[in-house]
Amino acid sequence: MLYREAGDYKTTYTEDSQTFPIKLDRIGYYSVLIIAFLVVPFVINDYWANAVLVPFLIYAIAVLGLNILVGYCGQLSLGTGGFMAVGAYACYKLMTGFPDLNIFFCVILAGFVTAAVGMLFGLPSLRIKGFYLAVATLAAQFFLVWLFNKVPWFYNYSASGQISSPERTLGGIAITGPHTEAWAKYLFCLVFVFLLAWLARNLTRGNLGRSWMAIRDMDIAAEIIGVNPLKAKLTAFGVSSFFIGVAGALFFAVYLGAAEVGEAFGIQKSFLILFMVIIGGLGSIFGSFAGAAFLVLLPVLLKNVLVGGLGWQTDIAAHLEFVIVGGLIITFLILEPHGLAQLWRIIKEKLRLWPFPH
Amino acid sequence: MPEQLLFAAEVTLNGLMAGVMYSLVALGFVLIFKASGIFNYAQGVMALFAALTLVGIQDGQIPFSHLINTIFGTEMHDFGWHVPAFLAILLALGVMILFAIVVEKFILKHLVNQPPIILFMATIGLAYFMEGFGDLMWGSDIKKLDVGLPQGISGVIDETTFDWFGYGFFIDRLDIAATIVAAILVSVLVLFSQYTKQGRAMRAVADDHQAALSVGISLRFIWVLVWSIAGFVALVAGIMWGTKSGVQFSLSLIALKALPVLMLGGFTSIPGAIVGGLIVGVGEKLFEFAIGPMIGGATENWFAYMLALLFLVFRPQGLFGEKIIERV
Repeated sequence: MLYREAGDYKTTYTEDSQTFPIKLDRIGYYSVLIIAFLVVPFVINDYWANAVLVPFLIYAIAVLGLNILVGYCGQLSLGTGGFMAVGAYACYKLMTGFPDLNIFFCVILAGFVTAAVGMLFGLPSLRIKGFYLAVATLAAQFFLVWLFNKVPWFYNYSASGQISSPERTLGGIAITGPHTEAWAKYLFCLVFVFLLAWLARNLTRGNLGRSWMAIRDMDIAAEIIGVNPLKAKLTAFGVSSFFIGVAGALFFAVYLGAAEVGEAFGIQKSFLILFMVIIGGLGSIFGSFAGAAFLVLLPVLLKNVLVGGLGWQTDIAAHLEFVIVGGLIITFLILEPHGLAQLWRIIKEKLRLWPFPH
Repeated sequence: MPEQLLFAAEVTLNGLMAGVMYSLVALGFVLIFKASGIFNYAQGVMALFAALTLVGIQDGQIPFSHLINTIFGTEMHDFGWHVPAFLAILLALGVMILFAIVVEKFILKHLVNQPPIILFMATIGLAYFMEGFGDLMWGSDIKKLDVGLPQGISGVIDETTFDWFGYGFFIDRLDIAATIVAAILVSVLVLFSQYTKQGRAMRAVADDHQAALSVGISLRFIWVLVWSIAGFVALVAGIMWGTKSGVQFSLSLIALKALPVLMLGGFTSIPGAIVGGLIVGVGEKLFEFAIGPMIGGATENWFAYMLALLFLVFRPQGLFGEKIIERV
């Protein structure tokens, strides 16, 4: 009864084209924001921050980025891990090279560096399409990981070949390094998530987003009606890589603290993020969050139940996790190929009509 | 002959042999892609699973023993018998056929008419599933696979080349065996698809699904058939790679190595898979030999992908792929 647009009169065009046209949605959105910004930081503890919330926020950024490329522009990419590594190493070089630079700008600049690299590797997309492109992006993945392993300049000639983030503060509060409080990590990531999700939502419904979607739906037809494929594809690669670079920088600097490139940003990471995109729903901002939440929570839940609850050995639990994740992905694809976002849409549609069936 | 040239010749030969191994994996991809338009990411894991099953059957391991022991607190590991290699291979093949039927029944049937990316994702899900399933079933420790294939340096080639050039080439006998097996495999596949009823039906499906359906070919049977053949190819690849480097998780990663091979050769061409494999094998070995030491080595990790990437910019459908025609 509450979930209706009826009675919610719009008097301006701005109101008419807002993101949440239904009042209950708006209330829900603002209350989520209020809870996320004003309540969670006060109740968060180390376990929740490190196991669930911080990885969820960081993955959400990466999934948003990949969703722009795969879901909105239709360019399949398997190089996400490599681009995250670019973000992480760029952030590391900026942090160690310019110790006075604010960490906030380090992360943003790392995003821009990644955007440049992403556009470079996006160039072949003008010639190569579909699966061929997916495999071509694997070149980026393997080459970048190899590069960060082999060129000592990137890890400042450290003996272990690892990078570890030095302590940086923002307004006197430690954001990176071993002494960071859980709430500071959380809030720092949350600000980025909020800003970038807002940016993604508004980009995708504007001129640029529409040209991406035109390219996705049929590139030749889009070209004929005047969409510039060079511009559309390269901006998609650029924006997507910017998001992924920011996610990589946060993943390394805030979440991990120390990283080894092959382990933290290997091909597995690329697949994990692609799974999140698919399970969440291609071409949906809400889906990006849902997919990230689902695949971050699932292993935590399984581990708690199997190892903590039933007392199984960790290796069996790990194998079973593979089986369950794999099985779930297949089940999802069979039951609802458009992901969690589509389920959400169906539920909302039903709610609007309730109590009538049609 | 100068020494460098001899080294280069040896590296090239070894590259050709390695290329054959890549081709074996790539073949499985091409078969499934041609027949059903599915890009089967799980091919590498299928090879791993086939090899695991083979070792498990040979050693008489009890499937899921680890899991059963954990749940019921029992202590059991194997049946205590050894199955001869030939019989074990037949049994493993049976398991792969069973697997093909299960895949068709529970996955493919429900995903007809979905866009290719969804099918691709489903096979990634399948790869995850099988990776965990194989480990649960047979345990995740590294296993030694021995079905009686020759191994070690080939004495004949070593001596002959020493007599000719004064420098003995090092060629693994296993690689030679792999080459012979691959040649036989490809010939059998070609004969099968050219001269048998099922083979022709398979090609018809590959050509045009709807037309094949309309003349009475059962799509579902063909899919089971194709996945069984791909399972067989995976078994052969699994035996070769498993004998070479032990049966372990990294075996599933050879699938990733097969991707640039496919791109070079074109997704739809069996000769393409062979030629692509040879080019990648020789290319990466020679590059590592010539350029590798200058830029820090381990270039094999990415060389194949870069080669494929550059190549595709000039020829987007690969060497032997069907020309891509786009219409609005």
